[in-house]
Amino acid sequence: MSDTPMTAPSLAPTSAALTKQARRGMPVAARLAVAAALAAASVAAFLLLFIEGSFDFAFERRLTVFGTMVVVAFAQAVATVVFQTITHNRLLTPSIMGFDAVYILMQTLLVSVFGGRVLAATDGLPKLITQTLLMVAFTMLLFGWLFSGRRGSLHVLLLVGVVLGLAFRSLSDFLQRLLSPAEYDVLSTRLFGRLSTAEPEYLPLAGGVCLVVGAVIWWRRYRLDTLLLGQETATNLGITHKRELTVLLLLVSVLIAMSTALAGPMTFFGFLTAMLAYQFAGTHRHLIVLPMAFLIGLITLTGGQFVMEHVFYASGMLTVVIEFLGGAIFLAHLLRKGSL
Amino acid sequence: MRRLSLPLAVLGVLALVTVSLFVGGYDIDLRSLFTDPDDRRMFLISRVPRTLALMLAAAAMAVSGVIMQMLVQNRFVEPTTTGTSEWAALGVLLLTLLAPAASPLVKMGAAGAFAFVGALVFLFVLGRIALRSQVIVPIVGIMLGALVSAVTLYIASTTNLLQTLATWRSGGFSSVVRGTYEPLWVVGAIVVGLYVAADRFTIAGLGRDTAVSLGLPYRRILFIGLTMVALATGVTTVVVGFIPFLGLIVPNLVSMARGDDVRTNLPWVVLSSIALMIACDLVGRVVVFPMEIPATVVLGAVGALVFVTMILRQRGKVHV
Amino acid sequence: MIEFTDIRKSYGQDTVLGPVSGQIPAGGVTSLVGPNGAGKSTLLTIIGRLTEPTSGRVTVDGLDVHRAKSQEVARTLSVLRQENHFTARVTVRELVAFGRFPHSRGRLTPACVAKIDEALEFLHLGDLQHRHLDQLSGGQRQRAYVAMVVAQDTQYVLLDEPLNNLDMKHSVRMMGQLRRAADELGKTVVLIVHDINFAATYSDRIVALREGQIAASGTVDAMMRAEVLTEVFDTPVQIHEVDGNRTAVYFR
Repeated sequence: MSDTPMTAPSLAPTSAALTKQARRGMPVAARLAVAAALAAASVAAFLLLFIEGSFDFAFERRLTVFGTMVVVAFAQAVATVVFQTITHNRLLTPSIMGFDAVYILMQTLLVSVFGGRVLAATDGLPKLITQTLLMVAFTMLLFGWLFSGRRGSLHVLLLVGVVLGLAFRSLSDFLQRLLSPAEYDVLSTRLFGRLSTAEPEYLPLAGGVCLVVGAVIWWRRYRLDTLLLGQETATNLGITHKRELTVLLLLVSVLIAMSTALAGPMTFFGFLTAMLAYQFAGTHRHLIVLPMAFLIGLITLTGGQFVMEHVFYASGMLTVVIEFLGGAIFLAHLLRKGSL
Repeated sequence: MRRLSLPLAVLGVLALVTVSLFVGGYDIDLRSLFTDPDDRRMFLISRVPRTLALMLAAAAMAVSGVIMQMLVQNRFVEPTTTGTSEWAALGVLLLTLLAPAASPLVKMGAAGAFAFVGALVFLFVLGRIALRSQVIVPIVGIMLGALVSAVTLYIASTTNLLQTLATWRSGGFSSVVRGTYEPLWVVGAIVVGLYVAADRFTIAGLGRDTAVSLGLPYRRILFIGLTMVALATGVTTVVVGFIPFLGLIVPNLVSMARGDDVRTNLPWVVLSSIALMIACDLVGRVVVFPMEIPATVVLGAVGALVFVTMILRQRGKVHV
Repeated sequence: MIEFTDIRKSYGQDTVLGPVSGQIPAGGVTSLVGPNGAGKSTLLTIIGRLTEPTSGRVTVDGLDVHRAKSQEVARTLSVLRQENHFTARVTVRELVAFGRFPHSRGRLTPACVAKIDEALEFLHLGDLQHRHLDQLSGGQRQRAYVAMVVAQDTQYVLLDEPLNNLDMKHSVRMMGQLRRAADELGKTVVLIVHDINFAATYSDRIVALREGQIAASGTVDAMMRAEVLTEVFDTPVQIHEVDGNRTAVYFR
């Protein structure tokens, strides 16, 4: 077929495409290496710089926070990339499914039923596991029920999740107003991102779970690529679409449950990492995008904490600032991209 | 029979209203109302305003839902699924911080103004993005709402107003007494306005091009519609808090039962929303007596259930 | 051979297809024709296991397509619907490379690369291979998808209206390429075509559907008769001989 480079109009896009390719010519491996180097630098800065007093004490404390950051960055970044792939949507984050609302309701219920001291008293592995199981059970109930119909539509699934989220939130609001101000104070520390006060004893389990889930997702990295082409094309290529979707959503819910239990709910952090990962990776391949998103998440958290602590002297504000920025960028992106 | 159904519905709602008037922590019955001046005062100061507030707020949210659904041409929108309510909340919070002494009327103005901005932002975003499916629209709205509420929560958390925020978000009608609910009468005017302008809103919902080619001033209609929604949302948010899903489920259930003619549906929408609201309020007052669960919370639970059922039914019929 | 037995598809009370049974032999080009809503797409996507039938069974070379492992089916048959929308920015070559997924699970072997080059060559996409799909015209995109299916290298190729979006020139080329795929590569091509004359010119067999049933099927000669087509399309059709080809005329 000779209809391509013969005429002038069709040459124009070709050369445009070429310059574009030249402009972002850095090979993907090099991009990953740059991201890794940046991540290493910001991790080192966060861990080692500006230590006052006992090095051992400060270092150990920072190491705990760092561990939490690794888990949160990994869980949020990977979960969001996977969630965006299966929903065919680069703007959604898993929290739209009502995960946050479930978590908030659980915490609120605990305090309302057992009083303010229960949160501290029950902290520990059993609670982490129970919370995770409950959140996963919520997702699975929702999916199992919705996909049992013959025409399980992902959009419908999303909307149902969103609606239940709203309902949970209204219930939480009501329960919260019944609390005494002291109890409410205890509760509110759990409802906002709290990287620096996370419990160290959660880390081994959370880290282990992330590793296992990460391995399963990594093993599916090429399948994830085919999912980008849409349900029918993926099916044509031999993917059992419904099963793949269920497995992946389950993994996403485990990751988000881990991250939420460790550091409280976050809506826009995952969006931020995924979006930046796609920008910097310059490709859709999960082989590249998944590690890239994790690295960017790590840079954001460690670098951000470093800057907040030593430049703005507001170490507790990191997650709030990230959510703010993430939200603003989300809106800008929504308007620029022109579709959801 | 068909001709009788509307009067029958009115009677039913009146019965509910009567029950609502005579249920409460303080024992009042019809006889003591005439014999005991204390009872009469109590009745007029607390029971009547409460029931009126329920009725008006219900009508306000249902009618807001109807207007938004017509303007956006989407079944799933109403103030809580478009971020409009979250904007109103932000407005109230800011006013509480900047001018703590402001009168309720000023607060309502602020809430209304912010709700207006919120509705505009929603429509603007909606106009800028390509919609592949009906259900995407409320998802956009709720994401926008999440964004605004992140700001609200942040401000509230730095100013120690979080619990206050939770309190009036979940609202409720227990604190409604004479002197606080009267602005809700605005809603009455809005209902009448909608009744008069129903066709125009429907045409405006078909899009700017259709509206202009039919000779309608598109922008003006949009502006009027949004103003009506914003006023209703703002006033309701300040007086009784968020009322989730009411504006969504009632109009949808009515048009499921009766078809899509907005004008003849309107009385049904108003009546059913009042009935639902009062029923939720009664349930909330009776189950945990002598405490009470705000009607808004009961409605949140019932509404979510009905909404989800609705989405699933729709899924069975057409591909959403 | 494709065999379908008692296939039925209903949505609630509405049955849109069947029950139908039939066979499509291996080799050659088979066209599905029929008026709107006849159930052509439903039948094709049920055979290609994109749609789950309400009841019935489909086997392709003895493989039950709805029961067997999807990956195994993907090495036997490929199915392409009308234009797909997706969010990723993918180049033509990357899209075609996806066709090798059922064979390589994502890790391309040298043999895969050869197949990809072949497929690009076959659809004359060599010059466009590094373009992103969103920079292409509708027709070029359509060709890229067909190239993906060619790279998938399956015995059976099912296509839902491959001529959609194509102008006259590209429609002719597309049909020519499909004919070549059957003749030179030995593929079995099953496709839905709206224009009965296109079907008649390029196919070996025609299957006509109407109101969810197979109204008639057979060789082109058997099908291109005024009484058959008039019945199928519920519109008066005359047959004229043009340059030795039977051509349907139905414009008034």
